[in-house]
Amino acid sequence: MNLRAARLPLLICGLLIAFTASASDADNVKASQAWIRVMPGGLPSGGYVVLENRGEQTVNLRGVRSETYGEVMLHKSSTEGGMGRMEKVDSLPIPAHGTAALSPGGYHLMLMKASKPVKVGDKVKLSLQFTDGSTLDTDFDARPANAMDSDSGMAGMAGMDHHSH
Amino acid sequence: MKPRLTRTLLLLALLACTTLLAACHRGEPAPWRLTDVTGHMPDLDFKLTDDHGKAVTGADYKGKVVLLYFGYTHCPDVCPLTLAQLHVVMQRLGPLADDARILFVSVDPARDTPDVMHAYVNAFDPRAVGLSGEPRAIEALSKRYRSAFTREPDKGDGQYEVSHSSAIYVFDREGKARLLSTPANPQDDLVHDLHLLLSPGAKS
Repeated sequence: MNLRAARLPLLICGLLIAFTASASDADNVKASQAWIRVMPGGLPSGGYVVLENRGEQTVNLRGVRSETYGEVMLHKSSTEGGMGRMEKVDSLPIPAHGTAALSPGGYHLMLMKASKPVKVGDKVKLSLQFTDGSTLDTDFDARPANAMDSDSGMAGMAGMDHHSH
Repeated sequence: MKPRLTRTLLLLALLACTTLLAACHRGEPAPWRLTDVTGHMPDLDFKLTDDHGKAVTGADYKGKVVLLYFGYTHCPDVCPLTLAQLHVVMQRLGPLADDARILFVSVDPARDTPDVMHAYVNAFDPRAVGLSGEPRAIEALSKRYRSAFTREPDKGDGQYEVSHSSAIYVFDREGKARLLSTPANPQDDLVHDLHLLLSPGAKS
């Protein structure tokens, strides 16, 4: 009797565990503020995005694929010792219940070999790939070369905000 | 004899005081927020090609406050970030910025032809000038300001990165090196100091 009564909750528990375990990395990640700094004349462009991991485990961004760009690399910039440097990164960890930001001057995507010219205002679909093989399609806003971040009004706002005399 | 000595001593003391006072006056807090390099770095001098394909020298920018920055166009992150920041700085300076020029010197002249440079700098600010030229001339300029750059090994497909100094060198209207700005300096500092250099009657 008792055993029987315990069966249903157990089953539910089991199902829940199975469901949680089957949630892919991509299911746990939310991408926001995705944008591309569009450079003229087919020069390599930088891609930026904020990734939030809502899961219980660290998720690793392994790479990015795109139909628009023939080659996309995960890079990290640093300015140690007064020298600007870029290095290739194999994966970017997004901590459990945390975020990882690809932002100017740090981690970024290097987008190369555009198959067609990307214009400011375009939305470019990039497929973020995680180590478990799952992918997250994300629309990136194509922004002008002199944009400061994903927010369109920002550069102008800074100009209005503080005027030092 | 004795009163004479006293008088001399007094005079000397007075002179010392005056000098000290003058020194004190001169020693008023430096107005600069960036690193003051006045007298420690050579004047602006180079022979390069601008983004219109025209041969230019440092003297061509006399009368302008110059912001000198080394980079290359295949740099997708830090160079655009720096130039975008400089564009915001120029916007914040308002009409004063018309007397300032951003000189973006390529440390990758093999790929950065005047055409490429022209499209690149104009994507950021109308007051930005792209300079390229003979590798030897670029090396001379970078050495002059103790700036360094290294070409990283080719990845096999003709693509390569260039590590380069991230500082911005500021010159006054006479072409004298005045200030050094690094990524650690807040943008406000650059705006503040350029304001001082560009304002009418600015110390030069």
